Order: sequence, then structure tokens, then C-alpha cells
Amino acid sequence: MAEIQVESHPIDALFRKDRLPHIWCPGCGIGPIAHAYALAILESGIPQDKHVCVSGIGCSARAEGYMNLDTYHTTHGRALPFATAMALVNPELEVTVLSGDGDLIAIGGNHLIHAARRNVDINAICVNNFNYGMTGGQVGPTTPPGARATTAPYGNYEQPFILPYLAAAAGAVFVARWTSLHVRQLKDAILRAMQKKGFTFIEVLAPCPVGFGSPNDIGDAIEETWLYRERCVVDHNASLQSLEIDLRRKDVPFVMGNFVDIERPTFDPLVMMKEKGRE
Amino acid sequence: MIVTPREARVLTGSHFMLGDHACAEGALAAGCTFFAGYPITPSTEIAERLAARLPAVGAIFVQMEDELASMAALVGASLAGARAMTATSGPGFSLMQENIGLAVMMEAPCVVVDVQRGSPSTGLPTLAGQSDMMQVKWGSHGDYEIVAYAPSSPQEAFDLVVKAFNTADRWRIPVFVMADELIGHMTERVVIPPADQIPRVERKRPRHKPGDPSFLPFLAENEDLVPPIVHAGEGYRVNFDSLTHDERGYPATAAAPHDRLVRRLVNKIRLHADQIIEYEEALLDDAEVAVLAYGSTARSARRAVIEAREQGIRAGLLRLITVWPFPENKIRELNNRVKAFVVPELNLGQMSRETERFSSRPVIGVNHAGGAMMAPAPILDAIREATK
Repeated sequence: MAEIQVESHPIDALFRKDRLPHIWCPGCGIGPIAHAYALAILESGIPQDKHVCVSGIGCSARAEGYMNLDTYHTTHGRALPFATAMALVNPELEVTVLSGDGDLIAIGGNHLIHAARRNVDINAICVNNFNYGMTGGQVGPTTPPGARATTAPYGNYEQPFILPYLAAAAGAVFVARWTSLHVRQLKDAILRAMQKKGFTFIEVLAPCPVGFGSPNDIGDAIEETWLYRERCVVDHNASLQSLEIDLRRKDVPFVMGNFVDIERPTFDPLVMMKEKGRE
Repeated sequence: MIVTPREARVLTGSHFMLGDHACAEGALAAGCTFFAGYPITPSTEIAERLAARLPAVGAIFVQMEDELASMAALVGASLAGARAMTATSGPGFSLMQENIGLAVMMEAPCVVVDVQRGSPSTGLPTLAGQSDMMQVKWGSHGDYEIVAYAPSSPQEAFDLVVKAFNTADRWRIPVFVMADELIGHMTERVVIPPADQIPRVERKRPRHKPGDPSFLPFLAENEDLVPPIVHAGEGYRVNFDSLTHDERGYPATAAAPHDRLVRRLVNKIRLHADQIIEYEEALLDDAEVAVLAYGSTARSARRAVIEAREQGIRAGLLRLITVWPFPENKIRELNNRVKAFVVPELNLGQMSRETERFSSRPVIGVNHAGGAMMAPAPILDAIREATK
């Protein structure tokens, strides 16, 4: 069989090739998410040099370092306030926070709800792999009920956040959930987020075969991805409260969709000042 | 009359002004374009003044959800090109330590005003302390160097906030103005010069064009060890990292690049401390007792030195303007000619410990834990004790 050689790919320009290979484990879902982000940047019509990627700490937060953009790998949980300030200072920037569930929801949870409430024009892409991957599989605020983690000796007994419900309640103007397998729908959702003014939130379920799949007897990366695929139902009009994820209950589907797409005034002091001057 | 933006920013003239307001006016005069903060006594008047004044000059004011967010916002704003400031007090300053380390690591110039109060913990929200003098040097984890000023009057609060912005941009570091409740809540004459007389230091910018493959954004080409700064959206596509990074800005988590980076971050200040350190000397030429003081306490120390002189005791005052870097060479020099040092502080001995590091003479602390002004009398008693 002839070897297929590809000299270049349209998204090559979006990645720092001299940073490769990446740090992620085989079967990790973060790569396809970075790919979808890169495709959305290409389609956005916004110059590459105006795209900024900000992250906190963790496996997902490492994606920014591979993006050929102005990139900022900040402190654990603090990507959103950092990004908020960048977007306020330079409204020409298209600021996207790409980070994980531990970073954005646990240690950065307070910043998440206030960023949504404040409605500054930034995008949050939250990779949810149900655990702390970089530190080796600890329990987090999205770990499903009963799931095993190295720091959940009784299985997880804390009720996980339903992220789209949380983000919508706090005021996000666009809220979606997809998996890392839904590359096209995810790309479209990120593109929609870039087009929207205000705070947008996209949860992306991603397999973590080493940190989460293995200790929970889900099997390898293929089996974990297959589990997410076969349980998926797309319902853009789903009730946000009903979006819980419980691995034990086979009757409860994983609901995907673009759930919220509303208009709400953004916090934009530079525009507000001009308007105040006209009064 | 047409008011230019520069004139609207700079409140030129003689004022009877609150110390906290003088800090705010210093920020405006220095060209502050971004303030993020969280309300905390006794610094809140700084935020309130800037909330009223910044929008009118086209600058951004934002109240964040806490001090963690405020300090993170400062770093982001700075790297987007803003002259950024926050103001806080002890408990908020504790929360800021995490992202003060980030500002050091990303070399993001910014200004933090700490109007100190009695501590630890919630302590004395409305009453003075000088409790954060060691925290400002050592509060975030790791080895790093910063610059911290200590104003002794509302006038100096104005002057030092202006200077802090310039020092931050010059050395790409967070710079601190360590006021205290007495200075923040004191109303005195503040003279603000015309706009064209406000000193302004610009950030060093890259000589390379965006896209030049030979550009290494974290390479310090000059003796000052300060790399040129690029701002978001300029096309340089730079990675700024809280991880140890190499000259490209890429993560480099190994012993050799770590030592190289941390030494440069430390040495850009340590090796240039002489350009940074400022102090005031009064009556020290023939002094046998040197009183080292800073902030509000220096006012009482000056009174005590004058009273000692009236009693025939040869006392002098070394008033710190920069508390960090500490003027160790000046202490070594004084050590050769004085019998003792007296160090009054509204804490139980912070800068007195630093003084001891460079002195073989007795260092007599005059301390109380905060909550009231340091009176001249106990300082005078210590001066008398020192001459025995």
C-alpha cells in the first residue's frame, strides 16, 4: 500500500510546531478540542494576531502553549479575570479561555460565575474530563456520582455541577455542551461564541483514559469515547436542570446541544464612556 | 478653555487632600489606564476616587469579585498594554500574593498600593499598622525581587505612586506603595505639578518586527537584564508562562533554565539596587544614634530626633523611601560611625530584623502591634537608652 504523505494542513499555521510533541496521553480528548478551536479561528474572519488564548493550570490548560497566537498560561483558576482585563483593555482582541473543569469550576469557580454575570466579551471553553488529569486522577466538582478517584476513598459522594445550568444561571449569553468526538458541532459552537458579544461558555466532555477511564473500569480511550457517543442525545431545547451526567444510570442520556443563545448588554467601559459623553 | 486629556488627568495645583485620594491622583497623573480592585478598609477611598475619575479620562475601572481576581486582572491588563494599578490592605494583600508571583514571572509591570492596617487576619480594619513590610518582600513563593516605597505624607503618596508606575515599567516588575492607615486617612497639603512636569518612563519595546524568527521575547540583550515587552494583539505571538520558561517563552521545566531565569529576575533588581534605592538623611553627619524609620512612623521619629538634639544627644534620622530593596550599604556605612540603631515600627520588629543583618551595633526596636500612631516619646526613650 502506498504511503500517504501530507505536506501541510490548513491548521498548521495555528500551531507552534516547535512545541510538538505534546504532553497528552494517548486517547486524550484535548487534542481534538484544540483542533476544533483552530478551525474556528480560521473560519472566524478575525485576524490570527487578534486571537488571544488564556489558560489556567492542568492538562487542558496546556493547549494554549501549542497555539500559534498570543498565549498566556496563568495561575490555577485565574484565567478568567486575567482574560477579562485583556478584553477590557483591548476590545479588538478575541479572547478565549481554554482550560479544564478543575481549573475553571473548582479553584476558579468564583471567577466563572462573576465573569458570566459581568458579561465581558470573552469565550470560555471548559474541557470536562471528570477529574484532575495532570495530578493523576483526583476527584473534582464534575466527577459523576459514585465514580472512583484517587482522593475519593468512598467513591464520589458530592453532587457534581451541571455546567451549562451553572453558566446559564450566572448569565452567560451562549451556552453549549459537546464532546471531543463532535468536532464539527464543537467547531461551529466555538465559532458562534467568537461571533457573539459577551461571555460565552462551552463545556466539552473529553475522555481521560488514564486518569478517569481506567480507575472506573470504562476501559481504554476507544471504549470511553464510545460510551460518550452511544449515550449522547442532541437536544438544543433541553431543560438545563436535566443535563446531569450519571455513569451508573444507563437510562439517563448525555445531552448535547447549543442550549442558550441570548442577547444581553456587555460590560464594555470604553463604549459606556463614549455613550455617557453623548448624554 | 479646552481641557486636553492630559490636563484632565493631572489635577495641577495646591490641594488639601486625603492621602488615599493623593494615591488616586498620583495614578491619574502617571497615566494609569486600568484599575481593578475589591473594597477594603482603609484603602477603599482610592478605588472610589478612581471610579469617579478614571472613566472621564478614558481609562477603565472595574471592581472584581475578590483580590485574587484583581491581581490576575492587573497582570492581564498590563500585558495588553495598560498602566495598571490596584489598592488594598492586609487581608486583600494576602490574597494577591499568588498573582504577584505571576506578575514577577511574566514580568508584567503593575502597581499595588497597600494601605496597611493592624494585623494578622482581619485585625484592625480601621486602624494603622505597618504589618506587611516582610510580606511585600517574601509573600509569594519563591525567590524574587520587587521594589516597595513607603510614603510618609499625602504629598509623598502622590509622588511615589507616580514613581511606582515608572519603576514598574522600567524594570518590568510589580511595584508596591506601602502606605498605612494614618497616611491614607491623613489630610494635608498636596501640590500637583503641571502635566508636562510629571516624569514618565516608557516600557522598553522590541527592536524586532513581528514574525522575525530571531526574536527571543524573554532574552535580555542589555546589561539591565530587562527584556523588551510585547503587548497582546501586536502580532508577535508570544507565550507568557507562569511555568519556568526559556528565552522563547516556552516551558522549560528543568534545573538549568530555572536557575537562569530566577537569577535574571532577581539580578535585574539586585544588581541595579543603587539606581533604585532612595532615602532621606537628616542630622546623620555627626550622629551617634541613627533612627531608621519609614511611613507614618518616620514623622514621629523626626520629632524624637529633634527633641534628642535639643537635649544634646547626637541623634539622626535615616528615613527609608524605598523599603525594598533595603539600603544595606547605607546601614553598613552608618554602622562604622554610630553606637546603635533605633527602629520604630507599627509591628513587632520587621525592618529592624533587616537592619540587624547589616549591623554589628545594637538595633533597638521600638514597637507596638498597631492600632495607634507611634508617639515620639518611646522613640526618644530608646535614643537615650542607646547612648548609655
